[in-house]
Amino acid sequence: MKLELRGITKRFGSFTANDSIDLVVEPGEIHSLLGENGAGKSTLMNVLYGLLQPDEGQVVIDGERVHFDGPGDAVAAGIGMVHQHFMLVPVFTVAENVMLGYEYTKGGQFLDHAAARQQVRRLSERFGFDVDPDALVEDIPVGVQQRVEIIKALARDAKVLILDEPTAVLTPQETDELIAIMRELKQSGTSIVFITHKLREVRAVADRITVIRRGKVVGTADPGTSEAELASMMVGRTVQLTVDKQPFAPKGEVLQVEDLSVRDDLGRTVVDGVSLDVRGGEIVAIAGVQGNGQTELVEAIVGLGEDISGSIRLQGKQILGLNAKEIIDLGVGYVPEDRSHDGLIESFTVAENLVLSQHDRAPFGSGLLYHPAKVKARANELVGEFDVRTQGVEATAGSLSGGNQQKVVVAREMSRPLKLFVASQPTRGVDVGSIEFLHNRIVAERDHGSAVLLVSTELDEVLALADRIAVMYRGRVVGVVDGDTPRDVLGLMMAGVPEQDARRQAAEQGPTALTVQDEEARQ
Amino acid sequence: MSVTTDRIPEKTPDAPGEPTSATRRRGWAGDVLITVLSIVLALVVGAVLIAVADPRVQETASYFFARPLDMLQAAGSSVANAYAALFKGAIFDYGAETTTAAIRPITESLVFASPLVVAGLAVGLAFRAGLFNIGAEGQIILGAIGAAYVGFAWELPLVVHMVLALVAAMLLGGLWAGIAGFLKARTGAHEVITTIMLNYIARFLLAFLLSTTAFQRPGRNDPISPQVDSTAMLPQMLGSWSRLHLGLLVAIAAGFGVWWLLNRSTLGFKLRAVGANPFASRTAGIDVGWSTFAAMAIAGSLAGLAGAFQIIGTERSLTGGVSAGIGFDAITVALLGRGNPFGIVLAGFLFGALKAGGVTMQARTGTPIDLVFVVQSLIVLFIAAPPLVRAIFRIRAQGAGSMQVSKGWNA
Repeated sequence: MKLELRGITKRFGSFTANDSIDLVVEPGEIHSLLGENGAGKSTLMNVLYGLLQPDEGQVVIDGERVHFDGPGDAVAAGIGMVHQHFMLVPVFTVAENVMLGYEYTKGGQFLDHAAARQQVRRLSERFGFDVDPDALVEDIPVGVQQRVEIIKALARDAKVLILDEPTAVLTPQETDELIAIMRELKQSGTSIVFITHKLREVRAVADRITVIRRGKVVGTADPGTSEAELASMMVGRTVQLTVDKQPFAPKGEVLQVEDLSVRDDLGRTVVDGVSLDVRGGEIVAIAGVQGNGQTELVEAIVGLGEDISGSIRLQGKQILGLNAKEIIDLGVGYVPEDRSHDGLIESFTVAENLVLSQHDRAPFGSGLLYHPAKVKARANELVGEFDVRTQGVEATAGSLSGGNQQKVVVAREMSRPLKLFVASQPTRGVDVGSIEFLHNRIVAERDHGSAVLLVSTELDEVLALADRIAVMYRGRVVGVVDGDTPRDVLGLMMAGVPEQDARRQAAEQGPTALTVQDEEARQ
Repeated sequence: MSVTTDRIPEKTPDAPGEPTSATRRRGWAGDVLITVLSIVLALVVGAVLIAVADPRVQETASYFFARPLDMLQAAGSSVANAYAALFKGAIFDYGAETTTAAIRPITESLVFASPLVVAGLAVGLAFRAGLFNIGAEGQIILGAIGAAYVGFAWELPLVVHMVLALVAAMLLGGLWAGIAGFLKARTGAHEVITTIMLNYIARFLLAFLLSTTAFQRPGRNDPISPQVDSTAMLPQMLGSWSRLHLGLLVAIAAGFGVWWLLNRSTLGFKLRAVGANPFASRTAGIDVGWSTFAAMAIAGSLAGLAGAFQIIGTERSLTGGVSAGIGFDAITVALLGRGNPFGIVLAGFLFGALKAGGVTMQARTGTPIDLVFVVQSLIVLFIAAPPLVRAIFRIRAQGAGSMQVSKGWNA
């Protein structure tokens, strides 16, 4: 099936989210849609999937103009979508999820589970999905859940599959497996629209690349294009992809975590006997797939956790048991992983957000008195220093783009003398230009002598910044390795393989789809 | 390690339609516009109800097709008479014989408004701190108990007595709401549930107290307390022809106080922060539990003031009906004022006027006072559904969210 979008324009008020976008997806093609957050990728796909009506332009399938009033029409026309956040019912089986909304019936009214199971098995075997139709969705790993989503689309005869940021939740190994599946689907004639901002994956899998910036198509590229070129197309200027970093000169130990365990609300051990040191002037990155205890470990360190045992010392002083305010006052800066939930108050102004933890200290507050003028003056300085693009310090934080919101959080935390800087996913949902800026600030903080603990699920970020890398898997530290450890070794360790085994296996397996690019780059 | 370094200063693509301070101002103006239009709409619906309920309109409607003008005239005059009476009762009685009689209605409106304003502030302040204080009614009752007891049981000099009565009311009201705040902070018990339950407890506590010798007026069997001493009464500001008392100034001062607290104090910053995002507040080292308790306690003391106004401003003695539903009207007032202290003061005045005017309207034209409640409810109903109001008046959305960009109705 050949899919064409012709001159799609979608406006919201005076803002044009999509400006006469043309896109052609040939049969059996993996077409990558590349663009920063807010560039208009999602709007375009929502138009294609019938969730939004375009103001101008048309959707053409196999030369015929079609009109979608809703997702139902799009599905009927052979378009399937795998959302970034899965649309699955956790307590249903795989087969039940697949037939949800398109139930197989027999005798008119009765659900035909056998047919659904058969369908799942058939698709699973055909494409090598390895999915058990009777497993409960809540029991299977995220990577397999994603395959269930793909099966759902295929079971409804999707000829064009839209994958929205599919690798965001996957381990490097799972990403490799997904890439294999995408190629398999392509072989069978299914077209794929692959939405992402990860340049490495685009180059590994795409047949053609369309780059969108500020709602407009700024160009198409073939997969041979270098990452730097793609990045500059995406951002509209030359971008420095690697971080310019001096060799690290560690000083005394600042953070010492010993035998730390954390239990969650249900009493499960989510951090299991973790020991970790961070010295002044070094960046230690915690690598790992989302949900392997990194969040809980960090929350324990900054005084936000509960039910913790073990020991956390800051320059020799025990800080386990202190509350968040006391730990902040000891010189710990913290960038939480969920910016809009824990980092900012979106309805507050930029100025107010910049003093969130300091509003009652001099010079912003004294006793019961709060001094808005001083807050504003300080905010103006910080907005300049951290290059926050805002209409003014009185604009609400919610009106800023993700990257600028994150700059506000980082500016707040770095605006006072720090011993330890803890950053969780500091560049998640942040545009490439801001990533560059934030990375440089983090390295500057290290060079300033602070200990930096970075948590990231993005291997690129870990490799760009870390002096040492601690890999976490199921609440434990699998190993602590040097900052220049090869990507595939780290990937295996993120799946729980100990360091020595990981190095051996990586050597045996040879390069994978994603690491081969490193080789190319080296040559 | 670096590959490329040349930086071209260029704007990164920012989120579209960012509200500047100008658009924020326009958003605020939009709120006012919607509020005014909601009031107009409510009065229009009220007019229809007045006409429909009027017996003469019903009579003329039976021969509408023969002489339609009869009915229209009847409807017009019934509406005009009712709203004229409402105005005379609420603002200015232009038919009155003396000047004091003519301006007495507006002072009556202000008397009704005073407790509504402080109780509305109690709900609005809690709302800004992320709490739905449904318990103003109970807090008013506790405040009234405190003011009444100090007023009739203690003998104190002139100013001291009144101040102590106010303080007692604020303490008891604050304590009562503080219970809900404490339960929320410590156990997570939802404040809507606990404050509603505390309303019942307060009501029956009052009933119980009025049956005890400490509170029951000697020589009476019905539940009524002794009258408070005149030393404890809030002074009348205009002389004996009007009931207008000092409570009005206290209420306006409370409006300024709440504004100051929210915008110029560190405590207010914490309250607003916790109200807007408790998770980010906690991460920033703000004690969320303490803020919750503080917000409820301050809100309760404001509601307690309303109870004091009832006793040492107008009623003089404590009865079972002392709260007069003010605590529930306060929720509406706070909604109408959109949580803004000055908005709440104005909303309190409007509701006070409707209350005072409604009594006159019922007395003079026979239009039931219930109509006033319908109008009050409709105002809030329309405010709660801005898209409905916009659709009726064909106004375009005002900068709601980053995707809808504002274009005022005449821009």
